[in-house]
Amino acid sequence: MLSLTVHAGGLTLRNPVMLAAGILGTTGASLRRAALAGAGGVVTKSLGSVPREGHPGPTIVQVDCGLLNAMGLPNPSYKKFQEEIDIAKTGGVPVVASIFGSSAEEFAGIARGLDADAFELNLSCPHAEKYGSELGRYPDLVEAVTGAVKAAANAPVWVKLTPNTADIVELGLAAQRGGADAVVAINTLKAMAIDIETGYPILGNRFGGLSGPAIKPVAVRSVYDLALRLDIPVIGVGGVTSWEDAVEMIMAGAWAVQVGTALKKGYGIFEEITLGLTRYLERKSMTLEDIRGMAGRH
Amino acid sequence: MRPMNSIIQEVRSEAPLVRTFRLDKQLDPAPGQYVMVWIRGVDEVPMSFSSPDTITVQSVGEATRALFNLGAGSSIGLRGPFGNGFVLRGKNILLVGGGVGTAPLAFLGEQARGAGINVTSLVGFCSSQDIIFQDRFEALGDLVITTDDGCVGIKGHVAEGLKEFDLTEFSQIYLCGPEVMMWDIISRTREHAGKIQACISRYFKCATGVCGSCCLDPEGVRVCVEGPVFMADRLIESEFGRYKRGPDGSKGQCRG
Repeated sequence: MLSLTVHAGGLTLRNPVMLAAGILGTTGASLRRAALAGAGGVVTKSLGSVPREGHPGPTIVQVDCGLLNAMGLPNPSYKKFQEEIDIAKTGGVPVVASIFGSSAEEFAGIARGLDADAFELNLSCPHAEKYGSELGRYPDLVEAVTGAVKAAANAPVWVKLTPNTADIVELGLAAQRGGADAVVAINTLKAMAIDIETGYPILGNRFGGLSGPAIKPVAVRSVYDLALRLDIPVIGVGGVTSWEDAVEMIMAGAWAVQVGTALKKGYGIFEEITLGLTRYLERKSMTLEDIRGMAGRH
Repeated sequence: MRPMNSIIQEVRSEAPLVRTFRLDKQLDPAPGQYVMVWIRGVDEVPMSFSSPDTITVQSVGEATRALFNLGAGSSIGLRGPFGNGFVLRGKNILLVGGGVGTAPLAFLGEQARGAGINVTSLVGFCSSQDIIFQDRFEALGDLVITTDDGCVGIKGHVAEGLKEFDLTEFSQIYLCGPEVMMWDIISRTREHAGKIQACISRYFKCATGVCGSCCLDPEGVRVCVEGPVFMADRLIESEFGRYKRGPDGSKGQCRG
């Protein structure tokens, strides 16, 4: 029997197909549902130190090639979220807490106050003032935040990187220097849509982040570059919608993939991808290790 | 989809804080489905259809207040119709509604009558001035009205009106209104929960089933795409009637 089990970034995943941050991660129940539906691991909605309602609507625009969103980091604060993480854990897979802050100290404080299987540092949300990519585009801040959380947390630390930068590898190397156990690439691409009837930006926040099939080639390239240069594992995210996309991302060098926008099709996406991945590996008589980073070896 | 532009054709005042907006778009909604209404520069909020081309709105917050400032000729953005609406079952149905929650039921009742189905209605309001769609419900068949202050019909909550009916006679019961009212009805009629369809509300942000803000405990059911209409027996063991989450995701009371 072919094994899809992956040991990456300090976690053991029964399969390499995870639920991405920000998707169906507001409640423990929806996270558990993703686990029961076959996800190898789940990531919570990003948690901050105080409650946030997020941006006014529209928070989402469906465009031809993907989804444009500016949710604005709505969350009830990490203090109120521990009970949701505890519920999510009953799904039987690792629960990764996505956290955000405006300084290394704020990040560290949240990590100290939460019990999760790992932390994913949101240094990449492109549409929230003072947070996300506003810190995450500076390598020195990425290193400092990562180092502070590593010192504070008693769980592995993953760093989610922004593609809205000239060189994502610089950011990945900074995370590695800070002691990260893995990097996650990529968050959404900064983007915008305008209502041509009136000229209004459609998103309540005016601009937001683009996800879905449109950004997959950008994600594949980012994962490829990071995997070639970094010693720590890369988790691939961005437009993964099918098992073929997962294979491509793993061939770029990803140890696991995260699925977000494709959840629009329903929770069945996890089984669909893992089944397709299994059949592919069986047909090729190969393992995940065999195909991981294959593109870099040609 | 991107929001489509829609010109408001007509605005009708139904009650002091309730207005009906007729839209220029034929979206072919099922009763119980909703549309995301974008009031440009303010917010985007979900609204139920009160007929194939109208939404009926109660002013409750910033977005609805802004909508009330718009008249005929103004434009709004629309995404939808979304979600699963009511499904007609059997030949003898009961509509149970409260306040502005009666809007999708009037729409459903008219569709049912058109299909030759026998329709009975039980609708409740705070007071006489809050009554909406009385003529529409009267035209459908038997009607019982309740008012909290007793000005019209039976005095008390909607559940008081249940005594007027033998629920075993109905093939299906359709429910929409404030959550406390719906929960009151469902908890008093548990043995009928398998034939009650309830149209519920939660805080919607994306309306596409990805953001998770509307998920119901304990199953994580996404109300925006798997609802907003659910069989009541699916709600009995859920958070419904106990708490609901607000815009920041934290639990709050479920009144309203």
